[in-house]
Amino acid sequence: MGQLAGPTDPAADAHWEHQHPRKGFFTDTSICIGCKACEVACKEWNQNPQDGDLQLLESSYDNTGALGASTWRHVAFVEQDGERIEEARESGRALVSLGMPRVGPPEARAAAEPGDSTPPDTPEFRWLMSSDVCKHCTHAGCLDVCPTGALFRTEHGTVVVQDDICNGCGTCVAGCPFGVIERRTDGTAAPRTEREGRPGSEPAVPNVGVAQKCTLCYDRMVDDQTPACAQTCPTTSIKYGDHDDMVDQARQRVAEMHAQGRTEARLYGANELDGVGGTGSVFLLLDEPEVYGLPPDPRVPTADLPRMYRRAGLAAAGMLAAAAVAFVGGRS
Amino acid sequence: MSLSEFDSYRPPEPPRRRRRDGARRRGTGPGGGGDGAREMPMVPEPEFTSYYGRPVVKPAPWGHEVAAYLFLGGVAGGSALLALGGQLTGRDALRRNARLGSVTALALGGAALVKDLGRPERFLHMLRTFKPTSPMSMGTWILSAFGAGMGITVAAEADRMTGSRLPLGPLRPVLRAVEGPAGVEAAVFAGPLAAYTAVLLADTATPTWNEAREDLAFVFVSSASLASAGLAMITTPVDETGPARRLAVLGVVGDLVATRVMEHRMDPVAAEPLHEGKPGAMLAWSERLAVAGGLGTLLGGRHRAVAAVSGAALLAASALTRFGVLEAGLRSAEDPRYTIEPQKNRLAARRAAGITDDSITTAG
Repeated sequence: MGQLAGPTDPAADAHWEHQHPRKGFFTDTSICIGCKACEVACKEWNQNPQDGDLQLLESSYDNTGALGASTWRHVAFVEQDGERIEEARESGRALVSLGMPRVGPPEARAAAEPGDSTPPDTPEFRWLMSSDVCKHCTHAGCLDVCPTGALFRTEHGTVVVQDDICNGCGTCVAGCPFGVIERRTDGTAAPRTEREGRPGSEPAVPNVGVAQKCTLCYDRMVDDQTPACAQTCPTTSIKYGDHDDMVDQARQRVAEMHAQGRTEARLYGANELDGVGGTGSVFLLLDEPEVYGLPPDPRVPTADLPRMYRRAGLAAAGMLAAAAVAFVGGRS
Repeated sequence: MSLSEFDSYRPPEPPRRRRRDGARRRGTGPGGGGDGAREMPMVPEPEFTSYYGRPVVKPAPWGHEVAAYLFLGGVAGGSALLALGGQLTGRDALRRNARLGSVTALALGGAALVKDLGRPERFLHMLRTFKPTSPMSMGTWILSAFGAGMGITVAAEADRMTGSRLPLGPLRPVLRAVEGPAGVEAAVFAGPLAAYTAVLLADTATPTWNEAREDLAFVFVSSASLASAGLAMITTPVDETGPARRLAVLGVVGDLVATRVMEHRMDPVAAEPLHEGKPGAMLAWSERLAVAGGLGTLLGGRHRAVAAVSGAALLAASALTRFGVLEAGLRSAEDPRYTIEPQKNRLAARRAAGITDDSITTAG
């Protein structure tokens, strides 16, 4: 059994003998333009079916809704007024004054343009756009609780479902602190006869009843290719590479933005001391994580599992004792 | 006060949504219901922000089958303990009925579990790994070991009930010889069978279940005890159910105490789903039925009819506990408030305590 919490190299912890660098994303939401090309590229490459009915969700330009079994990239749209922008800037400043670790190279900060430090974007209104994805946690709740071994840790430190092993028990869905993985339903209201296509042919929706999530394009990765979303991103908001490089880039970028006076910028998932041991997908956010639908303090449930087992063991012993008392106690 | 005529179409003032815990309501002024005397907020109270009110975590795709399994697994485990007690103290009717009850509950529960899988035909994949980090995997092995023992004892019972007519041949003496040890083996796994389901629920990101992780197992074993005792009180004549009656009363006391301790230790926001809506009603009724069943057992347990009615009340109480806890958790996952507020609170508490290095959000 590997480590349940704290900083670690997940691939080594999973007993991979060959050393591959851990791969990950850095999603810089400050340069996301909300084009959703990542969503499209992901669906195309992974042949993911349509998710639900085509509906307008009345949430800005986001009609995708959320990450799910058939949606492995999700672009969030948040519209904010000037007051909210100032609040975000203030909460970012508060993070700095809390003495959060700033490991970014000092020369990068020094190199930022001196002089004008007024934030460059519109003061009255802003649009937050952020492409969310599976976090590929260092300590992945979904992976830990999977009873079949269908979820596994790849040699690149990512977390992938084996479609032919998963029996759809659904434990991983509840185990994920980010609400990423989901069991795929057929997703349509059409009668089964119409949905399945011709008898003997591939069903229209593959892997129904099985847990599905982002694989970080495992099939492309093993071929040294960039994942579809990062490949297609026109603004390089989605970056892909070695996890360590991604974290370094993220730290440089946030330092650069702070030097520009944009203190609302902050990193999400770059801290290996957090509740999930750091995430494989690091984000630069411009407001509190919950604004984007991300949990503010996620914690992998398995971190507390030894304690839970002890409590359950105590409870089971108590039950045995109660039964013993019932039989041995007042003999009637 | 607005002069716009459209304000006449304003909906009636809703009661303000507040935390239950009075101690947390710092600086919110005097309390008061929605009596129309104060200004109505035009935006929801800024207690937390979320992404269009959408859930942060996903609810487990578990339906009533899983709740039924939680209940039936508990009945199976408790009945195995009663069966072993009957076996060791020579209460033959209690032993036989408890064994049959245990295996029936186990078979129904197992079928419910398989039915709830996304791919039921792959249920045996559960047995391809032994994975201590997965409570579901541990539970599968507990269930298998328990089922093996109980299966042997029930085969022996069936043989005895049919007057040794099962075509066992030379295996009959073997069956009779392993019957007793098999009953002991099943009883060893009975407690874990009743308790592991609590870990299964608690080891998730579902706020209400995860917050209950300290004490949920105690609630579940108590519930299993009173339910299996209730079943024995229905199936078995009163002169052999003295131990079952005592177990029922112990179970009711344990259930009431453990539930209160559990809720007391939970984050007040994450505990709210246990009191609201349908799950709240189910848990409230569960408690009433448990108390009624316990009192009935205590006062009239020696009367066959009273014992049977009390037993039925106890079984219903246990089933309602399991359905209530399951649904409360699913609801807590569907509302982002239950995820975000407790997390923000604990993050703020850690920061206030000077721990600032373990946040997932960092300035650089």
